[in-house]
Amino acid sequence: MDLIDGHPVLDFSHGEKISFNFDGKTMEGFEGEPIAMALHANGVRVYRNTPEMKRPRGFFCAIGKCSSCFMVVDGVPNVRTCVTPLKRGMKVETQNGRGRVELSCDEASRS
Amino acid sequence: MRELKTDVLVVGGGPAGLSAAASAAGAGANVLIVEGDLHLGGQLVKQSHKFFGSKEEYAGTRGFEIAKILREEIANCEDRVEIMLNTTVSGYYREERVVTAMVGEEEYLRIVPKKIVIASGAQERLIPFPNNDIPGVYGAGAVQTLMNVYGVVPGKRVLMIGAGNIGLIVSYQLMQAGVEVAAILEAMPRIGGYWVHAAKVRRLGVPILLRHSIKRAIGETVVTGAEIYELDDKFNQVGETEVVECDTICLAVGLTPTNELLWQAGCRMKYIPFLCGHVPLRDKCMRTSNEDIWMAGDVSGIEEASAAMIEGRIAGLGAAKALGFNIQDEMFGEYWVRLKNLRAGEVGEKIRAGVLNATVDGWEENA
Ligand SMILES: Cc1cc2nc3c(=O)[nH]c(=O)nc-3n(C[C@H](O)[C@H](O)[C@H](O)COP(=O)(O)OP(=O)(O)OC[C@H]3O[C@@H](n4cnc5c(N)ncnc54)[C@H](O)[C@@H]3O)c2cc1C
Ligand code: FES
Repeated sequence: MDLIDGHPVLDFSHGEKISFNFDGKTMEGFEGEPIAMALHANGVRVYRNTPEMKRPRGFFCAIGKCSSCFMVVDGVPNVRTCVTPLKRGMKVETQNGRGRVELSCDEASRS
Repeated sequence: MRELKTDVLVVGGGPAGLSAAASAAGAGANVLIVEGDLHLGGQLVKQSHKFFGSKEEYAGTRGFEIAKILREEIANCEDRVEIMLNTTVSGYYREERVVTAMVGEEEYLRIVPKKIVIASGAQERLIPFPNNDIPGVYGAGAVQTLMNVYGVVPGKRVLMIGAGNIGLIVSYQLMQAGVEVAAILEAMPRIGGYWVHAAKVRRLGVPILLRHSIKRAIGETVVTGAEIYELDDKFNQVGETEVVECDTICLAVGLTPTNELLWQAGCRMKYIPFLCGHVPLRDKCMRTSNEDIWMAGDVSGIEEASAAMIEGRIAGLGAAKALGFNIQDEMFGEYWVRLKNLRAGEVGEKIRAGVLNATVDGWEENA
């Protein structure tokens, strides 16, 4: 992971180191820190491709406001990875287009 | 849907929101702080430099340490303040006076507060140029979050756009983190930020290119460089386009208030350039035209953490007073004096004019 060491002012206390899966590859990150930060530390820059123009997007604001960092996390699309904490064994995928939500008829009529 | 009730709902846990929560809870109200991020502190947690401002507002203390002080104060009112992190307020329903929020990405929540303090801070501006959407073009706040909060190296070589305080401070912080800063571009003929900050980066050999701007970002899928050019007095290009190699383009081109909830709540808004965008009209107690809603901090106009904290105290007292808690008018008076001192002198000129333009004498007379 590409982490800062020997900072003159800041001391970083990270959570537990855990592994997660990104597009089929195993990567390491810190539990409880945003998914987007873990990906960046692993050198991943492209988080999704836009629906119409197919443009690559990474994160932009890192405070959950701009939707640039949407990815598919454990099967759920459009997750703001910059404010969603990383968990052990999480499955993170590049999102292509809008993403699909599978709704069963039951669920659809309930909501 | 889960429903929560509270005396005072505070939207946003930055310096303004935490101060509002502390003063409302101190007066006896039950408070719920809802914060979208994974931690409290707002912008403060990203700031590793010693703050300017006044002594009462912790000048000389590093930003993230001020956040710690405020968090401790909140922890001391334990039973009166409830905190929800990673929860984003998504809407305000005027007729029912109900607020909706999203916990994480999936659970929705109804909150029924008696009074609300909106302290949602600011968001970054973007400037238009080809390829400004590709990975590697980041807001200054995002770069700070990466390196100062999570200790992740943001890039190898950064081009900074904007020589205001944020551009200068973040450039210095990048160098502290061991990252090279290729240059700082500034479209205006002068540096916008304080001289101390400019002097620090210059001493480290970073060129500050005045009258310069970015033409486009270079890169197929990620940033590999930028085309930059010089401007004349009318902002037209002079001379040749130059190429700067970099893997990160950091935008520090200003902030604008995060005001969506205030619009939704029907608060009377006004566009005030000195406050950097549309802001709600307010009385001296930070109450908006919606009698249940107060506001504080950058959402009321882009200023500083020091002012945000005082406005927060005022807004928290105001909300508590409206709920019937016993609050002496002198308490407001003390905070008004502190705000006035902060905004004194030449540096405060624009803020003073902006705030004056946004302040009404009282809502009854103005209704
Ligand atoms: C690089 C830099 C250097 C600075 N240096 C100084 C300095 O030296 N001295 C100084 O006094 N000031 C300084 N400031 C300014 C200061 O940080 C801000 O003015 C201050 O943080 C504003 O406080 P706030 O509480 O209004 O907003 P913020 O700190 O932005 O906090 C707002 C909070 O609200 C949350 N939020 C927003 N919308 C929602 C929602 N819908 N639901 C839930 N939560 C939400 C956000 O996640 C955030 O945590 C600096 C700022 C920057 C960027
Ligand atoms: S980067 Fe803006 S929402 Fe995540």
